[in-house]
Amino acid sequence: MENNNKVLKEKATIIVHSGDFDKLYSALIIGNGALSMGMEATIFFTFWGLLRLKKGGLTKGGLSKMNLFGLGKLLINFLMKRKNVAPLEKLISDFKELGGKILACEMTMGIMGIKKKDLRQDLVDDYVGVGTYIQEAKESKITLFI
Amino acid sequence: MNKFIVDVRNQVCPVPLVEVRKALRKAKEGDEIEVIGTHENSKKEIPMAVEAAGKKVKEITEEGKQWKIIIKC
Repeated sequence: MENNNKVLKEKATIIVHSGDFDKLYSALIIGNGALSMGMEATIFFTFWGLLRLKKGGLTKGGLSKMNLFGLGKLLINFLMKRKNVAPLEKLISDFKELGGKILACEMTMGIMGIKKKDLRQDLVDDYVGVGTYIQEAKESKITLFI
Repeated sequence: MNKFIVDVRNQVCPVPLVEVRKALRKAKEGDEIEVIGTHENSKKEIPMAVEAAGKKVKEITEEGKQWKIIIKC
């Protein structure tokens, strides 16, 4: 067995503020990468990012650039399939399987009118505030705002 | 000793790394993991992930575009 105390000490903390499809890809790829390289990883969802945690919402985001009313996304989806890129659903379930933590920002849930029951309970580990994020981030070697 | 096969042929970033990590978490000391893939960068990155987990790469072989990495746990 590996020495978890030593290996899992380093941490990556990622804020997902954007609800864009491509940015969620980046966040989940980096999160999975961190876990795969032996780090701990936490993703903190806030503002538009929260929409992606809603039931049926994971893949609903548009592209951050050249969305072209959804046409750009269709093209990206086609290219991703052709290049055999993993779907978001696989990436997020891998993230959880490898021990990644998903936190939802409670305050912005209030602003956006999102209730706990609207979010996927299978994904969200906890509903927290900025203090929890800072606590996690100050112990992290990698922090990103996406 | 158990032997795990991780077949990530035609899979791209980050799947080969993720699947190796899953196998590393399951494997016990003395087990062997055989990873077969085609993604070029993963061939370089898997040994880094193995090292980060405190395990050893026993062998890396290549045949055309396909590579095989054997990990000793």
